[in-house]
Amino acid sequence: MAKVKKIINETENIVSEVLDGYVAASMGKLRRTADRVLVRSEIEPGKVGLVIGGGSGHEPVYTSYVGKGMADASVAGNIFAAPAPQFVTAAIKAVDQGKGVLLVYGNYAGDVLNFDMGAEDATDDTGVEVRTVLVADDCATPDLATRRGIGGGFYQVKIAGAACAEAQSLEEAEAAVNKCRQNLRTLGVAVAAGSLPETGEPTFTLGDDEIEIGLGAHGEVGVERAKLMPADVLTKKMIDHLVADLPYQAGDRVALLFNNLGATTQMELMIVARKAFELLGEMGIEVARCDIGAFFCSQEMAGFSISLLKLDDQLEHLLNAPCESITFSQG
Amino acid sequence: MELSIDQTRAMLVAMCDAIIENVDVLTKADQAIGDGDHGVGMRRGFKAAKEAIEAAEPGSVGELFKAGGSAVIATSGGASGIIFGLFLRAPAKQLSGQTLDAAGYASWLTAAATQIQARGNAKPGDKTMVDAIVPAAEAAQAAVGDGLLAVAEAGAAGAHRGKDATVEMIASFGKAKALGERAKGHPDPGALSTTILLDAARDYVKEQS
Repeated sequence: MAKVKKIINETENIVSEVLDGYVAASMGKLRRTADRVLVRSEIEPGKVGLVIGGGSGHEPVYTSYVGKGMADASVAGNIFAAPAPQFVTAAIKAVDQGKGVLLVYGNYAGDVLNFDMGAEDATDDTGVEVRTVLVADDCATPDLATRRGIGGGFYQVKIAGAACAEAQSLEEAEAAVNKCRQNLRTLGVAVAAGSLPETGEPTFTLGDDEIEIGLGAHGEVGVERAKLMPADVLTKKMIDHLVADLPYQAGDRVALLFNNLGATTQMELMIVARKAFELLGEMGIEVARCDIGAFFCSQEMAGFSISLLKLDDQLEHLLNAPCESITFSQG
Repeated sequence: MELSIDQTRAMLVAMCDAIIENVDVLTKADQAIGDGDHGVGMRRGFKAAKEAIEAAEPGSVGELFKAGGSAVIATSGGASGIIFGLFLRAPAKQLSGQTLDAAGYASWLTAAATQIQARGNAKPGDKTMVDAIVPAAEAAQAAVGDGLLAVAEAGAAGAHRGKDATVEMIASFGKAKALGERAKGHPDPGALSTTILLDAARDYVKEQS
């Protein structure tokens, strides 16, 4: 298979140049520190800090979601690899305003090891209190504790951003984000692989007529490998799996997120969205908010994920609160 | 027999070189059941470790282990950065003397096995490097009475037994977990790295004997 073409310079400079791009595009609102940390130039004194992060290559998540009402800093690892702990330590110290720091990142073994060690080192150095709420929304696998963090992470970061902006204490922010984690489910489908930018090689292989439901953001095996099927059949499979998992029930209010994994067209997403609205309507589940776009990508992977977040007044308020960042802002 | 600080430095450098030379072997092993980045991450970490170990001015052998392990943690990234950083850094406090003897070598492997399990939450049987380091530590401890070379040989042999056992295991940890039965037939790449490191250490001790 031909190597995938990428508009890059030297491969070892990819992460650094992406961060420089975000700094330039922020028009002074962001700066880089400690090599791999993107941090707000001005942070409101006395606020609860929020640090997010993970492997690079999934932009816009997590790196770009830094700004007022979003994260105070993000930590970027190498492509698809967790950031080393000293960068986490530096980010925590850079955002700490004396109220403690919340960490939000995807539930992957490498991320947990590195963020935990980085947090412990920060606490040892300055006494800062650090809490973590993992993103673990991928309901392709049954065990709740080991679920991966995928597209729904955008909602969790948005809610964490608002919670940390408003909360009087770290505990209060942590409780709100934990509620989001518990109410959030995502299921993805892959149609074609993305590639590793360093090598141009695909991260997994699918047959010409195959798709995989529940495939992970790095090509981890999913729920079901199947022949390509009509959009309505696929959407029903995915909505049924999602709704049964929490379960979401008649009378629930939800936020509904369609995330483009990289190369899927808006044409396809709209066909899926129309069917998802119809199915949820039939189940009596009220969609209070809908987001469609590329929030959590895996290079040029073709496919998408659907996320459902069950709302209460607090979560709805936090999700709709104003925020600004390079790639997502709302008034 | 025991190794001086400079001999311990040379042993650690030989271990780093072994990882750097085997990057393709590790990449292939990880492509079979993981995402293929283990070799590159290990090479990045152990290249930095080699530089740190060569530049260190240690007051004890433990400080050499600490310099190498800290460099791996800071540069490797991913899960293997922490795990293989601890592999070196774990015994830093215990090895407070000027020499590495049989008991010290065995205590290194025991400290590594203990600290890696505590932080990584993987247990024997999960198809990780824990399956290599635990039998390596047990075999090394059992050989302490027979001298340093016997300990180094027992450690490497234990790691190989453990690595071979991972071939038939289903992964319950890391990215290979999602493969289920498909992970069978391949050794765990981290266990393979453990054997490469302990083989290089044994070979150095043997040369000095």
